[in-house]
This record gives sequence, structure tokens and C-alpha cells, in this order.
Amino acid sequence: MALARLLDSDLFWSFRRSPVTVLSALVALVCVLGAALAPWIAPHNPFDLASLNLGDAFKPPAWDEIGEASYPLGTDDQGRDMLSAIMYGARISLLVGVCAVLFSTLLGVTIGLVAGYLGGSVDGLLMRIADIQLTFPSILIALLVDGIVRAALPREAHDQIALFVVIFAIGISAWPQFARTVRSSTLVERNKEYVLAARVIGLSPLHIMATHVLPNVLGPVLVIATLNLGNAIITEATLSFLGVGVPPTHPSLGTLIRIGNDFLFSGEWWITIFPGAALVAMVLSVNLLGDWLRDALNPKLR
Amino acid sequence: MVHWVRAAALVAVLGAMPAVGAMAQTVRWAASGDPNTMDPHSQNVGTVTMVLQQIYDPLIHRDRDLSLTPGLATAWRQVEPSRWRFTLRQGVRFHDGQGFGPEDVVFSITRALQPTSNFGIYVDTIAKVEAVDAQTVDIITKAPDPILPNKLASVFMMSKAWSEANNAARPQNTRAREEMVTTRNTNGTGAYRLATREPDVRTVLVRNPAWWGWQVEGNTGNVAEIVFRPIASDATRIAALLSGEVDFVLDPPLQDLNRLRAAPGVKVVEGPEVRTIFLAFDTAREELLYSDVKGRNPFRDLRVRQALYQAIDIQAIHRTTMRGQSVVTGTLIPEQVNGYAKSEDVRLPFDAARARALLAEAGYPQGFSVTLDCPNNRYINDEQICQNIAAMWSRAGVRTAVKAQPLAPFFAQIQRDDTSVYLLGWGVPTLDALYSFQSLLATRNGAQGDGIWNYGGYSNPRMDALIQRMKVESGEARKATIREALQLYREDLPHIPLHHQMIPWAMRSTVTIPHMANNQPYFRWAMAGAQ
Repeated sequence: MALARLLDSDLFWSFRRSPVTVLSALVALVCVLGAALAPWIAPHNPFDLASLNLGDAFKPPAWDEIGEASYPLGTDDQGRDMLSAIMYGARISLLVGVCAVLFSTLLGVTIGLVAGYLGGSVDGLLMRIADIQLTFPSILIALLVDGIVRAALPREAHDQIALFVVIFAIGISAWPQFARTVRSSTLVERNKEYVLAARVIGLSPLHIMATHVLPNVLGPVLVIATLNLGNAIITEATLSFLGVGVPPTHPSLGTLIRIGNDFLFSGEWWITIFPGAALVAMVLSVNLLGDWLRDALNPKLR
Repeated sequence: MVHWVRAAALVAVLGAMPAVGAMAQTVRWAASGDPNTMDPHSQNVGTVTMVLQQIYDPLIHRDRDLSLTPGLATAWRQVEPSRWRFTLRQGVRFHDGQGFGPEDVVFSITRALQPTSNFGIYVDTIAKVEAVDAQTVDIITKAPDPILPNKLASVFMMSKAWSEANNAARPQNTRAREEMVTTRNTNGTGAYRLATREPDVRTVLVRNPAWWGWQVEGNTGNVAEIVFRPIASDATRIAALLSGEVDFVLDPPLQDLNRLRAAPGVKVVEGPEVRTIFLAFDTAREELLYSDVKGRNPFRDLRVRQALYQAIDIQAIHRTTMRGQSVVTGTLIPEQVNGYAKSEDVRLPFDAARARALLAEAGYPQGFSVTLDCPNNRYINDEQICQNIAAMWSRAGVRTAVKAQPLAPFFAQIQRDDTSVYLLGWGVPTLDALYSFQSLLATRNGAQGDGIWNYGGYSNPRMDALIQRMKVESGEARKATIREALQLYREDLPHIPLHHQMIPWAMRSTVTIPHMANNQPYFRWAMAGAQ
């Protein structure tokens, strides 16, 4: 029933009409499934040191003359299967990306709602903070947060919390976009009659914000969140490429690219190209989906 | 007289050469690691020495074949069995303009004997240093020390007045991450002086035209400025060389050698290094710091050490990670070192099944976990080697985590004994086996020298007795003692030896820096410019 309604909706109609969107949705689906199901469908477990054999190191992809079928995309300098490493790596990249976006959405939407609904000096203060933060590039903020946490915590704790630090660092740098969008929508919504009516019957501001205003401002948030997912994945890859992201024992795509980078000149191109291609495919498909969502949800373009 | 004629001829030749020699030549030099101090007696580490030996002079220099040649001392002889007499060079000035004299020699050697010094191994036999007159210094040793000149070739001379004025009368305590004037400043007598020092970014040395050595035959270098930049990433370091951004790479990545050999305008010079890479265990503690075995230390059990030894497929590392650029070994010292014995250079065979059996026999049928400490910019492919070994040990059942760090935090950590098992590379500047045995395997007793790099706390009275004998014996007896110690090293397995390093250097074809088996570039012999 719900499915039938979905298939009948405007959204699905515009989705089906655009082949690029269908293709990117398929690519994104493959990426997400490959990452999510990696422990079950990956041919090897790259994190299991005992399964590595140095004799298998630097094997080219399977279609090369000296490649082996059991390593479809070749192996890296430790004898790890590249395909499995990419699947496991994408898992970490996606996990960090999704969590960071959820975190910044939560933070941004809350701040935007409060600022827009309460207005006045609270609004002024919150939006100036957002302005200040927007003057810093997000990668700089992420590096700053990472640096402070590393300096503040003992070395032994780094590996355990590295993942959370990266999520926090990326999430904290993206909230102003959400806050600004939600604030401007809230400014429009709060003077509408249904909000005034809710206020008249004596509902608390918190209740009005959460149950009346929030659902009506979420449309644009969905679009920004989708577009931000791509950014978050790229930022994580950048941090890991610089060596400050997730620990190399559990490499993300960025870490794989960094490791492979050392072998780029010596002809072992597959160690860096395949993780790079996977990253491009993932981010591009998510971004195209985001673009489509933005257009589809914009009533002026219908 | 002959010297004067030769020198005059040389000057004439140089003068006749088109402006090349006279032009200000800059050599931009890159390596993966940055020196972790500028203090000449704080870190006995090649990465530090490679910069400081351009700035500071020892009493005795090494020549291109590593033989001894006059430095700040023009002559030295053993006047009594325990008394060496050094005649000092006259007219030498430090970079700050003050003259060099016997008080500086007394001061520098005393400084190297301080508890915060890491150079005790070179001066441990010295009882007293005496200034005899304005150009003579006597060094009195506790017992006759026939290889004292070899050791002093590694001890740099500082200015007493400058050091005392700057509160640097003792070496910087790197272990405690101390900062003092000598961390970033220098005042030597050497061929180059430190112009700027930005740790981990850039170190610039400029030619000291007043250096005494430019008058000495053979020091024909024409480099006016050395710009050193640490570039940790292999790919970036090589890209910088290929694009002409740097002129000289001390440690090109092995995987890129073929490409470099084929690249126009770049040359690769190769040779063996006097350096052995090995793993050392914590055999002192009752319980390891980084392991899930509680209440006992598995590394104290010879069977466990043997198991881990036999679990390592060194040929695979040699072939794959080192790409053939290593000499696999079963002993502590390479061939060039006095005392080396071919018959003791035998490895335990790689045998994974035997490794598992030995672990079970020792009471670890399920294995255990351990953290392997490792530098990631000190030795050739150090981090990769550790990861290779972690995989091999894991397969034998010893679940190994690799903790790889840049050399500064790595050395600070192991020097606090804060490790369970670590990878180290040991060069032998004295070219004598005693240096390795005494630093790495003698029981640490607080005295300078004995066990100064023995961070696993290995202690065997028999080994100690052999080392004490090595210090005083000579001739065939000493040879036999070293032989016996090498044999004990194979039986006791305080380390797992891996290989001796091969050291390719890569440079632009317009630059010529003589390749040295101690992996040290000597810019006093370096030529740069169109050739």
C-alpha cells in the first residue's frame, strides 16, 4: 500500500524520468550494499592479519597476465586483497559520513529552530556564531578539532576514540548550513496561522517548535543532508590521506589512497587508483542524487 | 713541501675552471626524517648526525673509506698504555668567532659523559681529560683502550664558553622532551654553520669560508648552501627529485629505484650500509606492558623468542618489501665490522609449523597479543617491515598490533623503556663489534656506555663477562671472545636479526656526493653545478 503510494508519487515520477538519477541511485546502492555487507560478501578479510601472505603482495588486477582470479583488483604491499580492502574501507567512510551528517543535522536543525522561532538577541547571537564559523574552511576546523583532541588525550586512547573524533570534527564544521536554512524557513513558518493558533491555545514554545514547525522545515534539510554526505565522505578521506583521520589498522578509503600513493611512481597503480575510483563513484552518485532531490522538491521547478 | 705543491696545483686548476667552482652552489637535500635535536651529545642517531657532522668537527675525522684522518687534532699517539696524547690544530675558530683550545676538548668530552648524554658509548672508558699545554690534551683511560681514536671520531667538539653562557653545559634530555638552547642552535668549528632551523620544515646550512679544512687536500667541495627538508611521503620525496625541486634524496624508496635509474638527469648510487635491522624483546619485566598475558612475560621464555624468530619469512621481506635491496642476516654485525664471523651468520630457518609447536610447548597454544613498536621514517621501509612481521606473527598465533611513529616520539618512547618489542637499526661507526655488543647487549648498570641502547633490558652475566673481556683484550684472544659472544647471541636470542641495509642514494646528475657506508653525506666533498 505504502509502496503503491510511493510509486505513484510526483517524486518517483521525476526520479524515473531522469536516467542519470536512476544510474546514480544504482551506483549508490551498490556502494552502500557492498560496504554494509562487506563481512559477508567480501572475498577476504583484510583486517585479519593472519590471513595475509607477503608472497601475494603487489599482485596486479585479475585481467593482467600475472594477476590472479582470487584477487580481482590486485593486492597491496602487504598482500591484502584490494577489492576487500575497498569494501571494508567504504564501510568506514560511509559510517563516518552518515554519522557526521546526522550529528551536524541534529545540531544545525536545533540551533536554526531555536534561533528562528525565538528571534531577537538569541537569534543574533547564534547566527553570528554561525557566521564566524562559516569564515573557516571546514577542513581547517576538522584539523583543529583533531589536533586539540590529540594533544588533550593520552596517546593510548587515540586509536579507540579516533573514529568518534573524526565524526565530531567533520560534523561540527557543517552545522551552520543547516542552521541558516532551518532558521529562514522557521521565520516564514512561525507567522503562519497554524502556529499562531497553537500559540493561542497555550502550547509551550518547545512543543510548537518540535511538533508544528519542525515537520514543515525538513524538506530543504533533506536536500542539504544528502549533499553534505558527499562532502563529509570527502573530508574524511582528506583527513585520512593527511594521516590524521581513522587509524591505519582499519583503513578508510582515504587511508588506502594514501598508502597507494607511495607506489604510484613505481607502476603499482592499482593500489591507489581503485580506492580513488570507489571514492569518486560513491561521492558523485550521492551528489547527483542530492541535486535531483533539490530540484524535485523545489515547487518552482515543477 | 709536496703538499704545498699539490695544493698550489689544485688552486691553479680550480682557478682555471670556468666560473662553476666559484658560483654559489646550493644543494637542496631531502630525507624522510628530521633530526630530533641539534644538540651534539643528546641523540646518537644517524638522522641527527647527518646534519650535525657538517657543523661540528670531532678530534678525528673519517676519510672517504671511513679510515681515520686528522680533524681538530693533527696527531695522536698512545704515550702510555692508558694515556693518549692529542696535538690540537692551531688557529681554529668556532662559528661565533672564538678560538678553539684544549679547554673545549676537556669540556666536550666531560659533557658527553654526563647522565643526559647518549654518547657515553664513545667515552665510557675515559677516566680523565687533561689540558697539558695550549696545543696538547691528554686523555687518560680507566684501562688500556686501543680503539679510543675510533670512538672519538664520533664525538663532536663544542665551545666551552658558548655552552656555559647558554646554560648548555650538559646535553639536552631528549627522553624527557626537554628544550634548551642546543635544541635549535649550534656553534661548531665545521665546514658549514646553521643559518636557519625550523624543525620538521627546513634546515639551512651555509658554507663556513673560514673552516680550517678547506685548506686541507681532498676537501674539494664547492657547495655554498645546503637546504635540508624532511619529506615523509615516499611519493612526494621522489616527485620533488624528479621535478627538480630537490637535488639529493638520501633515502629514495626502493620501489622507485628502477624509475629513478631510467629518469633523465637523475642518478642512483648504491652500496651496502654498516647497519643491521633487528627486533628486540623486553626480557626484563615480569609482565609485559603491552600484552594480554598477565602475571608472566612470554618473552623471557627462549622458546617463545625462537618461535617468533622462526615465524618470520625473511626471504619474503627481502624479495617483496626490500625488493632485493637488503642482506639477510642471522647475526648482529655486518661483514665490514671487525669481529664478523661468517660461520656465526646463520639464521634459524623459517618454519611456521615449528613456531606454533614451540608456542604451544611454552604454554601458549592459543597465542597471545602484543604491540610491536616501530619507527616510520628512520630505516628503509621500517613501517612496512613491521607490518609484514605482524602478519607473520599473527599467523603463528601471536596477535600483533603495529604502533608506527615518526622517529622523535619513537626514540623518546623506547628510551623510557616503554615498549614490549621494538624494531631498531644499529649502525657501527667505530667499525668494531664491541660497539654493538656493549650498547645493545650489556646489562645496563648506570655507567655510560654499557647497555645504553639495551631497552629490552637483556642481561646475561656470561655476555657481560665477554663484553668486559672485549674491552681489554687484543689480537687473536679478542677475536675469539667476539666469536664466542656472537655464538651466545645465536643461542640466547635477545634479538631477532633481520637484515643489513643497502643504501641507495639518488641525486641530480649535476650533483656528486660520495656514497658512504655509514649513510652519511659529507658535503665537504660534495660537488654541485653543471658537469
